[in-house]
Amino acid sequence: MSDERLISPDISPLTSSLISLGGINRTFYLGDSQVHALRDVNLTITSGEYIAVMGPSGSGKSTLLNLLGLLDRPDEGSYKLEGRDVTTLDADELAAVRSERIGFIFQSFHLVPRLTAAANIELPLVLSGFPKADRAKRVSQALQEYGLTDRAHHRPNELSGGQRQRVAIARATILRPAVLLADEPTGNLDRSTGEEVVKLLEKLNAQGMTLIVVTHDQALGARARRQIRMEDGGVVSDIVSAK
Amino acid sequence: MLIADAGRFALQAIISHRLRSFLTLLGIAVGIAAVILLTSIGEGVHQFVLKEFTQFGTNVIGVSPGKVKTGGQPPTGIPTTARLLTMEDAESLKQLPHVTGSTPTVWGNSEVENNGRLRRTTIYGVDADFVRVFSAKVQIGSFLPREGAGDSRAFVVLGSKLRKELFGTENPLGARVRIGGLHFRVIGVLAPKGQFLGIDLDDTAYIPAARALELYNREGLMEIQVLYTEGTSSATVASAVKQRLALRHGHEDFTITTQEDMLKTLSNILNILTMAVGALGGISLLVGSVGIVTIMTISVTERTNEIGLLVALGARQRTILGLFLSESVILAVLGGVLGLLLGIGLAQFLHLLMPNFPVHTPWSFALIAVVVSGVIGLLAGVLPAISASRLDPIDALRAE
Ligand SMILES: Nc1ncnc2c1ncn2[C@@H]1O[C@H](COP(=O)(O)OP(=O)(O)OP(=O)(O)O)[C@@H](O)[C@H]1O
Ligand SMILES: [Mg+2]
Repeated sequence: MSDERLISPDISPLTSSLISLGGINRTFYLGDSQVHALRDVNLTITSGEYIAVMGPSGSGKSTLLNLLGLLDRPDEGSYKLEGRDVTTLDADELAAVRSERIGFIFQSFHLVPRLTAAANIELPLVLSGFPKADRAKRVSQALQEYGLTDRAHHRPNELSGGQRQRVAIARATILRPAVLLADEPTGNLDRSTGEEVVKLLEKLNAQGMTLIVVTHDQALGARARRQIRMEDGGVVSDIVSAK
Repeated sequence: MLIADAGRFALQAIISHRLRSFLTLLGIAVGIAAVILLTSIGEGVHQFVLKEFTQFGTNVIGVSPGKVKTGGQPPTGIPTTARLLTMEDAESLKQLPHVTGSTPTVWGNSEVENNGRLRRTTIYGVDADFVRVFSAKVQIGSFLPREGAGDSRAFVVLGSKLRKELFGTENPLGARVRIGGLHFRVIGVLAPKGQFLGIDLDDTAYIPAARALELYNREGLMEIQVLYTEGTSSATVASAVKQRLALRHGHEDFTITTQEDMLKTLSNILNILTMAVGALGGISLLVGSVGIVTIMTISVTERTNEIGLLVALGARQRTILGLFLSESVILAVLGGVLGLLLGIGLAQFLHLLMPNFPVHTPWSFALIAVVVSGVIGLLAGVLPAISASRLDPIDALRAE
């Protein structure tokens, strides 16, 4: 860890920033008690970065990821995605941004159980109204890329954990999003399968996709060029290692 | 999302719970089948009754004395200014354009006697036009001859049943029978007409109206029946009849009832009846739709995770609403189609078992049934679908 340096949160506006969060706060109210899940978070993320978000349980990692993925809104602060203020968008506009610019990968895969692997991968295309002929080509290409061609017509319960996560990754990336948000993508996988999945994600990052991974796994976190550490809702360290 | 894709997605969800979906749509199917069956019976009865009434022809207008809204005699003691309907009135109506015949009618009950055989029966006083006005057929002999009002001879034409009762297999033509205190010569027998709403049309005797007036000691006719050419509007003829009689009587002191009006009224009553039994069947349809609400609510709860995922993948609220709505509509329409087949099948089965029992399923009912089940699906699906579309995606994704 010799060539580490702290980068300032206020990066020069000239840099092409993909994401810029300023003074983000998010508080959950549970009855009388309130949980300050995010406190004054400032982050600037450049296109193509590979970021690991780490920290103890309950520190706000998932909350941050949901916010970045436009599934949640901050109570306070500004969020610019590709230069556009997304805190003021209405529900339909948010849905469109999620569909086109953001890919989600979950710890528990979230595949639709009654749909085949191919149909699960096809889902984002179907939701955005792609004509049927275009979809088939894209799906079969994705199946091939992720080595799932012979599993195309299997349902999730007939797939291994690693295969399920590959289906989920294929689904998240079929529309070529700008940002891939993965919340503990290897949490439900054994070490070697997890390794395989991480390699896939890193390959996508190498192709230019911005990758943000939440993980508890130190070794996994260490592979990312930039590591963000959270505690109690705040970012306590933000380190870029030059490799 | 394309409509075809939404439909397929919804159908896949329905198929993934085969038994549950089947039971749910069965609820709708039973409801639709009940409505179809009951309205088919109602419609069958409707057609049956109308056929009974139209067997005498529909182009008939009845004229009865007195300008009254309701039937019955004017209150006693008050002298009526109404003039009676006379044989001459009936005669004069025959001259009107489009009118092809008119018969005076007087009826009553009398004993008819032949050679010691007695039978109490209905006696109609009519004239030669009767056979045409009531589409009756003469079996043997002839009907009453066309005669001037003044000098009708004492002839009688028997209904087929009365003939059998009085004469057995003997030839009745030329025989003399006694009706009340008067003597009549039999000149013909009518072909059997069967029953009309429980009245035996063949257990009757027809005598000239003038004789009937004498027999029952009446001064005026009970009714004049006017037959007009097919295709002429009943209103035209009715107004001509009205004008002519008003001219003869000085004012309107009679009531005109067209067969058409009567059938219309009857038809309306029968339609209300059909709707009433249909509404009874509708209750089971209501139960079926509650089933859809239940199953859709369960489905939304079970698929909370999936809804969260769809939002994360960029589905709009409207898309999610549409997906769950299509699911309940497809479920209900499938139930509706099944119910339709079930209902028609049952109606036909009833028809096979009891060929005389009137059942009739109009195609419009079938179409309405399917549309109604679709609407039910829409209504039943609204609340669950709205709750699905309003789920918070983060909560939905975290749900177990
Ligand atoms: N929807 C919610 N309602 C109420 N409280 C919430 C909600 N989501 C998160 N929290 C609270 O916010 C805090 C941060 O939660 P978050 O899920 O972001 O933690 P995390 O860092 O992802 O933890 P873990 O590593 O266990 O996944 C926690 O205290 C959590 O209880
Ligand atoms: Mg978390």
